[in-house]
Amino acid sequence: MNIHEYQAKQIFAKYGVPTPKGIMVESVKDAVIAAQELGGPVWVVKAQIHAGGRGLGGGVKLAKSIEEVETLANEILGMTLVTHQTDAAGKLVQKLYIEDGADIKDEFYLSVVLDRKLEMPLIMASTEGGMNIEDVAENTPEKIITIPVDPAIGFQGFHGRELAFGLGITDKAEQKKIISFAQKLFKLYMELDAEMIEINPLVRTGSGDFLALDGKMGFDNSALGRQPEIAAMRDFTEEDPDEVEAAKYGLSYVALDGEIGCMVNGAGLAMGTMDTINYMGGTPANFLDVGGSANAETVAKGFEIILKNPKVKAIFVNIFGGIVRCDRIANGIIEATKIIDVNVPVIVRLDGTNAPEASEILKKANIDNLIVASDLGDGAAKAVAAAKGV
Amino acid sequence: MSILVNKDTKVIVQGFTGKEGSFHAEQCIDYGTQIVGGVTPNKGGQTHLGKPVFNTVAEAVKTTGATVSMIFVPPAFVGDAVMEAAEAGIELAVIITEGAPVKDMQMAKAHATKHGMKTLGPNCPGIITAEECKIGIMPGMIFKKGNVGLISKSGTLTYEGTNQVVQAGYGITTAVGIGGDPIIGLSYNQLLPMFEADPDTECIVMIGEIGGDLEIQAAKLIKEQITKPVVAFIAGQTAPKGKTMGHAGAIVSGSAGTAAEKMAALEAVGVKVVVSPAEIGKAVKEILG
Repeated sequence: MNIHEYQAKQIFAKYGVPTPKGIMVESVKDAVIAAQELGGPVWVVKAQIHAGGRGLGGGVKLAKSIEEVETLANEILGMTLVTHQTDAAGKLVQKLYIEDGADIKDEFYLSVVLDRKLEMPLIMASTEGGMNIEDVAENTPEKIITIPVDPAIGFQGFHGRELAFGLGITDKAEQKKIISFAQKLFKLYMELDAEMIEINPLVRTGSGDFLALDGKMGFDNSALGRQPEIAAMRDFTEEDPDEVEAAKYGLSYVALDGEIGCMVNGAGLAMGTMDTINYMGGTPANFLDVGGSANAETVAKGFEIILKNPKVKAIFVNIFGGIVRCDRIANGIIEATKIIDVNVPVIVRLDGTNAPEASEILKKANIDNLIVASDLGDGAAKAVAAAKGV
Repeated sequence: MSILVNKDTKVIVQGFTGKEGSFHAEQCIDYGTQIVGGVTPNKGGQTHLGKPVFNTVAEAVKTTGATVSMIFVPPAFVGDAVMEAAEAGIELAVIITEGAPVKDMQMAKAHATKHGMKTLGPNCPGIITAEECKIGIMPGMIFKKGNVGLISKSGTLTYEGTNQVVQAGYGITTAVGIGGDPIIGLSYNQLLPMFEADPDTECIVMIGEIGGDLEIQAAKLIKEQITKPVVAFIAGQTAPKGKTMGHAGAIVSGSAGTAAEKMAALEAVGVKVVVSPAEIGKAVKEILG
């Protein structure tokens, strides 16, 4: 789960990680009030969306007067921002963060992420702040320093020294500040079950202070149960409504561009089914994993979500039952056809637990549009043919 | 022969008396697995499914001589359960539970390693040596005995891959589901050498996914250490960038971890890479004749 910059900065402030003062607003009127409260003389008006590259897309601008804050707020609120991290449709800006301007001397990059190979958190830092870090990693990898921190020992002094010297910070007072900054950041990373924290840029001010000018945070979804304050920060308007709706029923759904709707159990087999459709000359319309506890209701919901997409010309139900029982899926398909108008061919392949029972159930129901497949290859071929109207 | 588990392996179940634990432990017992007891705190002394229940893993190990634990405890308690098993002298923990916090798994795996305990999972279907020992949630009836070893990140692709092998007229020595979470236990690079050393395994099927670089690491190891033929499928060729596809591991960010990259790396070291799981059986047949 990701959160907004203003939320990340609330968390930073709580842990003593220095950030400029700022206020989140949802209207132009409030933007002006916020600017007055902050006092100026320089403000930054920042679009709050869950994607990087906001500055380049025109979603972050500097204002030198209250009037300018008003003009910019008017301009940015309600705009659709397209960045390299959004899709082509972009994201609607519904919230702004009005922030004090900072006296920037240098820009750094600092992040904490999970290193899967080392199986522990990794602090990454660079003197090349404000740039796209993927480009820095590609072109000048020597400018990125990496410091793994074993959670069993936590953030020690030597980690801090590696960071300060690695960034070329030589002033002793400044070293102390950057070490304390990173230490607090690591503490909140661990305590809050964060998956990723990225500050780009982290700036050194004219007076030698370090400030988080930006803040991006993602959290481990599996830990949200024990992080209620973080879970409450979720902004559903930033997520795909169909994906959110599907998740309520335990379905994992992602829309794609093709014509064949897919309903599969297990993420791996769901991707394998999409790949097989593609291999047979068709195009998958979605990824849909019905999960391990699929029943008639969830299957019916799955059909509903798939059929909302007008491009869908056929549906391929591919189930290899382990925990999922095929008879339940068969009943779900029958239920679905009663509740909603399934107006495209449905190709069904059911294998594994209780597959013979399922086959009987489907045979008895005698549903129009239903085509039974013997295995994955057969099912994909039939689905591709059906989508082409063959 | 087989790898890691066989008909003599003694297994306990952590989270034995819960709904999931009970259901699957019973299925394992029916399959022939030597489930010798289970652990549920405060239910020690009771009998469940005809087997003794213990309060702690240490007690269970001491009394039964179990070497493997199958873990079904709820996600928030998985880390604790794994560390307890490690200290009690369990040799292999098979972690079925889905949704364990990543931080807990970092701690638990580090602790397991320190105590010399292997782990499998979390969020995996488990491990099965065909017609001998099933430790997990897979549909046992599809696993016919044979000479093909199978390793898969995905649960249902473990079944699909097995079905392909069996339909082609072959069978399985041992099939292992390694899970697709960010932190997992045994992976390709520990399991491939075990299959290489197993005299009954003549061919290895390896099923991967987009995300991470375990398959790339596996390609390096195959080049250096594996002489047996390997068939591979990588799921997610058609998955869009930046989207999580169910498993936390199944996400492509930037150029790292794409299916195309992994397929090329495996092909370059002589692995027979198929573009659809529906082709696995055919590929195995081409190799084994």
